[in-house]
Amino acid sequence: MTVGEHEQHGHHEHHEHHGHHGHVSDFEARTLALESLLREKGLVDSRDVDAMVSCYEHDVGPMVGARLVARAWVDAAFRDRLLQDANAVMRELGISNEGLNIVVVANEPGVHNAVVCTLCSCYPWSVIGLPPTWYKSAPYRSRMVREPREVLREFGLELDDAMRVRVWDSSAEQRYLVLPERPPGTEGWTEDELVPLVTRDSMIGVARPTARAI
Amino acid sequence: MGGAHGHGPVVVEPDEPAFHAGWEGRVWAMVRLCLRGGLFNTDELRWGIERMPPARYLDASYYERWLTSLETQAREKGVAGAGPIRPSGRNPRCETPPLPRFRPGDTVRTRSMHPAGHTRLPQYARGRRGVVERLHRPALLPDTNVGPVSRDWDPVYAVRFESRELWGEDGRGGDAVVLDVFERYLEAPGAEEVP
Repeated sequence: MTVGEHEQHGHHEHHEHHGHHGHVSDFEARTLALESLLREKGLVDSRDVDAMVSCYEHDVGPMVGARLVARAWVDAAFRDRLLQDANAVMRELGISNEGLNIVVVANEPGVHNAVVCTLCSCYPWSVIGLPPTWYKSAPYRSRMVREPREVLREFGLELDDAMRVRVWDSSAEQRYLVLPERPPGTEGWTEDELVPLVTRDSMIGVARPTARAI
Repeated sequence: MGGAHGHGPVVVEPDEPAFHAGWEGRVWAMVRLCLRGGLFNTDELRWGIERMPPARYLDASYYERWLTSLETQAREKGVAGAGPIRPSGRNPRCETPPLPRFRPGDTVRTRSMHPAGHTRLPQYARGRRGVVERLHRPALLPDTNVGPVSRDWDPVYAVRFESRELWGEDGRGGDAVVLDVFERYLEAPGAEEVP
């Protein structure tokens, strides 16, 4: 399903009226007003805002989590520590957990894990970047706990009847990351060769990594 | 909204950017800077969003909700007025962790409740039986963490609820939801419920 096919469920298009001939949207105006107020009171420095936005646009994203997953696939001791205390592993690697408790849950034969936040949109930002709009949308948040198989099928992931589905609803300060299973056909691959196979969606649990030519 | 019907299919936008407009990134970063500085906390940010009129909440984009809550915080913390600013303060450290009442493997039941204020026990999981999977580190109880710094630490558990326990005959045997639950939302199940 793409945005074009279902405009009525889009979240940005029908609210956004900015950008036409230099007009400032209501949202832009409200944001500018808040920023100048917070700056004036010494609560926010606009350079910090710039730096934070730039960091999440360029430096933090699924590649951080993909590295953890690929290393867990080639190094069993690393995998064990990642599942036991991901925060300690990340600290050693110089990856911030932003003060939240990152918990890694592993897929295994017969068990498929996926992540949602039904109350708001909690997401492990520091390891896979900012969440896509669909993750924050009412359809995903409402349906994932009730009919995960149907939702996963829409993502192209068909699960066997015998597979048990575990949906982790992040309702407190834990942020869950799925450790997908290493795809068949990648025996002998190095960590660096495996990293590109690990997609954002596979770490949310709505997709499975597959071996492909790189 | 967990479990609600009628929201339609999940719509995926291919190759989505981090932010769709400049203001979204600025709102997001300002909220995070204010959280870091202790002007307000995450529960207050969420409570500001939860107080939006329901129809507006559903119609708003994610960052519009953040923008609305940031405006609410600015008003309520005195940033917008001429008087003194009233920050919540930074999150305290947990000096003496509370002793957990339950252990992994224990059967528990969530309380049947319907509070008007901020809470983090989703409606679909109230009054339901589950099994403790893990003990997490303690956290400040969200219900009392709206306002000045709270020290109301509570043990937090990952509790597994079978799909059929949550959705009755519309659930699916073998599937489950694992939810993070504060101890204050739990009670020991009746004697007849413990396997």
